[in-house]
Amino acid sequence: MTDLSHWAAAGFRAGRPQLPLRFPKPRWRTSRALGWILPLLLLATWWGASEAHLVAEQILPRPENVARALGELAGNGDLKRNLLISLSRVAYGFAGGAMAGLLLGAGMGFSPSFARFVRPTFLAVSQIPILAWLPFFMLLLGIGEALKIVLVAKAVFTPVTLGTAAGIEGVPLRYLEVARVLQLSRWQTLRRVIWPAALPQIFTGFRYGLTHAWMALVMVELLASYEGVGYLMIYSRQLFQLDVMVAMMLVIALVGLFLDRLLALTERHLLRRYGAAS
Amino acid sequence: MNWVRRRMGGGFTLPLLLLAAWAAAVHLGWLDIRLWSSPEQVLAAARQRLQDGSLGLALIASLKRDLAGFAIGALTGLLLGLFLARVRLADLLLSPTLNGTRQVALFAWVPFLSLWLGNGEAGRIGFIALAAFFPVLLHAHQGAAQIDRRYLELARILGLKPHRLLVKLVWPAAKPQIVIGLRLGLIYAWLGTIGAEYLFSTTGGVGAMMMDARDLFRMDQVILDMLVIGGVGLILNWGLNGGARFLGSEGPG
Repeated sequence: MTDLSHWAAAGFRAGRPQLPLRFPKPRWRTSRALGWILPLLLLATWWGASEAHLVAEQILPRPENVARALGELAGNGDLKRNLLISLSRVAYGFAGGAMAGLLLGAGMGFSPSFARFVRPTFLAVSQIPILAWLPFFMLLLGIGEALKIVLVAKAVFTPVTLGTAAGIEGVPLRYLEVARVLQLSRWQTLRRVIWPAALPQIFTGFRYGLTHAWMALVMVELLASYEGVGYLMIYSRQLFQLDVMVAMMLVIALVGLFLDRLLALTERHLLRRYGAAS
Repeated sequence: MNWVRRRMGGGFTLPLLLLAAWAAAVHLGWLDIRLWSSPEQVLAAARQRLQDGSLGLALIASLKRDLAGFAIGALTGLLLGLFLARVRLADLLLSPTLNGTRQVALFAWVPFLSLWLGNGEAGRIGFIALAAFFPVLLHAHQGAAQIDRRYLELARILGLKPHRLLVKLVWPAAKPQIVIGLRLGLIYAWLGTIGAEYLFSTTGGVGAMMMDARDLFRMDQVILDMLVIGGVGLILNWGLNGGARFLGSEGPG
């Protein structure tokens, strides 16, 4: 009985991976254009309300000030510097966590006895949410760079392990039989059969991992950091530079979107390259 | 030999090995004892916190917060999700904006919410509600949007009233997805509770207790709190599964 709440709900147990849900895109241009009405209306209301001094600037900064703050941050290099710091933390952590997750997941996927040995412990440990690890890692590692990278790696590790294991376990037996009949070598079987078949599940793991990693990184930068986009945001909040704060919120949203898109594109590219039907 | 292998391969072996290694490493001095605590110390911390009641109080504070936020967020998400799935114009108008809003990493809302709702309990509960809102919204939307068109046509032919349609068709059809959404929402709400207790100025709660323990370099208490947080997540999930079964849907699990 391995009930793994959120990861199970995330669809790792079903045969087909279920990507993080999003609203379906409408098919027609005009329908899509309708989606712009509300944001524009909100922007107009925001602008109008601040123009008429209906909301205090201590509650909601003026849109033009946010735009100017964004321009200033981009101009004086603060944005670039902090963004690069945050992104490099994500990159290192993601690389480490994904590598470890692929290894452990592959071990569990290929060897049922290894899976029986490790899985219960793994599932029990992954019940502890990433945030609850934070004080523990802070004690062990201090609040330096290692803390951020380990936390990101931990956030990526769990879903990637689960995705990889589920992907490999889910390779249809028929495929493996065909591979045997064709007398493919082990390496060929791995590359030509198992890898493409397991790829969608593995990427589901990557995408969950990256989403959680970005969330965890922003969190730790809010709490214990002197650099990075999360720090810039909380620092501006403390100084009551709300225009900077809102600008950073936009940046954080855009980076999250960008990271998710990047992985989706990589997945599509890989699937095409290995000729798997998705 | 066979039974040894069978035993060794079981799921209990690894935790026991790890526990033994942890205890040994602490007692043999391989781990810095100024930093690390032994398993017995964690047990002792648990006993002490149970006896003086601090663990119970913190748990109650956190759970109250968690459930209040979850109730608000999940209910809003559920209603809005069903509404958007059934009313096409509203869907086209609202969904892109909601989708864009969802891209903001959850914790990036904290400074904003603390500004609008204050740094106290309202801010915390608002944040927890936000954490629970999006998964419930998306899954309710998905569940209700996927209803087979033939059923809807049949309902129209039969002249079903809107509320009957909701009870007889939309709710049962969307229920499996809604259960998934509620489950995810509950998990995110718990995550949000811990995060809110770290980030907002806090009175009480497991997350705050944990940060205090960290400030005091009390590894035993930190490990205890980690276990408690994981355990509570598990229990909440079981509770929701029980609730789903009670509602007559066995859910996705």
